[in-house]
Amino acid sequence: MSKRIKVLKTYKIFIDGKFPRTESGRYTQLKKDNIPIANICLSSRKDIKNAVLSARNAFESWFSKSAYNRSQILYRIAEILEGNKNQFIQELILQGEDSKKAILEIDYSIDRIIYFAGWPDKINPIFGSVNPVASSHFNFTILEPMGVVGIIAPEENSLLGLISSIIPVILSGNTCVAIVSEKLPLCAISLAEVISNSDVPNGVVNIITGNKDELAPHLAQHMDVNALGLNIENKELKNQIFLRASNNLKRLVDVSKYNIQDSNFESPYIVKKFMEAKTTWHPIEKDFTSSNNY
Amino acid sequence: MSSKIKSLKYNGKWDFSPSIESVENLSIKKEYQLFINGQFQKPAANKYFSSINPSNEQQLSRIAKAESKDVNLAVSSARDAFNGHWRKISAKERAKYIYRIARIIQEKSKELAIVETLDGGKPIRESRDVDIPLTSAHFFYYAGWADKLKYAFPNRNPKPLGVVGQIIPWNFPLMMAAWKIAPALATGNTVVLKPAESTSITALLLAEIIKESELPPGVVNIITGDGSTGNLIVNHPDVNKIAFTGSTEVGKSIMESISGTNKRSTMELGGKAANIIFEDAPLDQAVEGVINGIYFNQGHVCCAGSRLFIQESVYDVVLRKLKDRMQSLLVGNPLDKNTDIGAVNSKQQLATIHKYINIGVKEGADIFQLNCELPNSGYWCPPTLFTNVSQSHSIAKEEIFGPVLAVQTFRTTKEVINKANNTPYGLSAGVWTDKGSKAFNLASKLKAGVIWANTYNKFDPTSPFGGYKESGHGREGGLHGLSPYLNIE
Repeated sequence: MSKRIKVLKTYKIFIDGKFPRTESGRYTQLKKDNIPIANICLSSRKDIKNAVLSARNAFESWFSKSAYNRSQILYRIAEILEGNKNQFIQELILQGEDSKKAILEIDYSIDRIIYFAGWPDKINPIFGSVNPVASSHFNFTILEPMGVVGIIAPEENSLLGLISSIIPVILSGNTCVAIVSEKLPLCAISLAEVISNSDVPNGVVNIITGNKDELAPHLAQHMDVNALGLNIENKELKNQIFLRASNNLKRLVDVSKYNIQDSNFESPYIVKKFMEAKTTWHPIEKDFTSSNNY
Repeated sequence: MSSKIKSLKYNGKWDFSPSIESVENLSIKKEYQLFINGQFQKPAANKYFSSINPSNEQQLSRIAKAESKDVNLAVSSARDAFNGHWRKISAKERAKYIYRIARIIQEKSKELAIVETLDGGKPIRESRDVDIPLTSAHFFYYAGWADKLKYAFPNRNPKPLGVVGQIIPWNFPLMMAAWKIAPALATGNTVVLKPAESTSITALLLAEIIKESELPPGVVNIITGDGSTGNLIVNHPDVNKIAFTGSTEVGKSIMESISGTNKRSTMELGGKAANIIFEDAPLDQAVEGVINGIYFNQGHVCCAGSRLFIQESVYDVVLRKLKDRMQSLLVGNPLDKNTDIGAVNSKQQLATIHKYINIGVKEGADIFQLNCELPNSGYWCPPTLFTNVSQSHSIAKEEIFGPVLAVQTFRTTKEVINKANNTPYGLSAGVWTDKGSKAFNLASKLKAGVIWANTYNKFDPTSPFGGYKESGHGREGGLHGLSPYLNIE
């Protein structure tokens, strides 16, 4: 019997729920010990533009889903990921991780999603407020998502880092465009396949591979991106991103200082950083019995 | 249609006996110095600029111009105070100083209101009933937070940032100083504050009050000057945070300047708020809200309701009521208690407003202005509205910061939500309807930090204020006004 020929996987990018190749047609070969293991799209500015457009179009419907529903969809990602553990372990090993660490990383990743999946319907009870104004008004503050968030995911911990960058952002109703680890991109694309299978609406998560130095500044200066979540070591690139982000006053959330593996990363404060406070006023009718009891 | 609806005729006259606030017993100094390290001191370069009363163009006082030596001294005083006594004082004691400041402001509220009106041109009715009471209330509110911060951030141990540089605008001079200084002190920071060039005097009266409160020297430093002084604060390496209120253009340039540094920031910037009237709204109240929304403080309000959207079915009647109401507005001496519309803050701002009014006419919108007598000297602009405006008109897109309203119409809820959100700004919005479900739908769909439903231009220390998108980031007021001054990691 002849040896079975393995079916090799084509790693493509993830935009609007589809898996296109980069419009530029460029790619780079990912190698291990000088042996090619995969071809990775070198995405372009146009891909970023398409991804932002898809994220913008997805925003209203994702945000208008109930918090309970978003919670269940996030939980679903964890469920599907659990069933696909072996694939991720193999990919992590292929990218040079030892098997023990690979198992830990996928376990942490799944547990992290489960942790954040519980938050969508608990953010506003904790961070919202009813404000006792002196005039006869009912006044309350709630947190809302910002809109489209650009994510620069960390180079190391390619799976846990990406999940920790995406989940706290989308759980409140934001949509995102993530530029993933340049040297360890395999898990990112497989994660896109999991997301695509988990009832996450098209466009909520978009995943772009390629050269960070080239792509990140385009994402940073895109006028329809509301905020950036950054996890990058390269100080020069970070400064360039900050500078370009001022063109439309993007909110900047630098998560580089956190240790992604530390369970302290798990907090609602990171979710809050990607939310905007909205305060609503409405008069309360005054008659001889009324007082401002809120 | 509109010709069938009869308009009231006021003939531009609506006489009241003048009721002028007395300025006797009021002492404005000929010259004001910099407040650094608890002392009033002359600027190193000995330069001064004049502060003008915009209602008669007369000089009120000369104000010290802080240059680099002075800014360095102010920042190092703030740093020494932060590293020294201020950090060691218990939160309870910190609160007591802030309460003292609130109380002294209440005691001096009358003179503060008069000076605010003289220096800035706003009607005494507003400075007396809005600016000054809100100023003392803001200090009083944040004083109470000083020793309760751990309750505001569950599971965290909040820490002050250090020295904060604060740059404030000329539209609510003293109130903006309170919005900046009160939360900064409550959270244990020290302050270098710069008021706007054209309205420095009440900030310096606040410096006197702070001195009277015996707040330790260097905790609050108030230095005066123009944009170049502001730049020096922004770029000073020993400042940990910049809190800025002003134009979006300057806000962007500050963000550029501090990019790549570890400086934190809050930005309260421009706006182009939509004020939306549905056919089921209580129309008289809505018109009152529109008037307050755009003509309050001569329209020098970042959250001014400068874009009015009227549902087509009630367009004619709302417009008639609006024009009638405009004709009862009194423009004139800001010290007169009858005055509704005071003087435009500066010559420069009047030129900007005129520029936009000309653009509005040129781009084809129809102008309606209150026909009233304006004083001979000073800077004045009568309440103005434009109809026949479309989304692409400059007067519907750009912030004018004056008493100029751009009126548009809509048919459906979806249409007005799209129109209202079609702007880079997102500070505030107003919605007028008698249907609760519609009000809440709009409140959730409008991309703005403050939504006024069946009301407008309401402020309170307990209520967070601040923008979405290019109207800035961070909140001032309420629980949400604390975190911008704290490290809660």
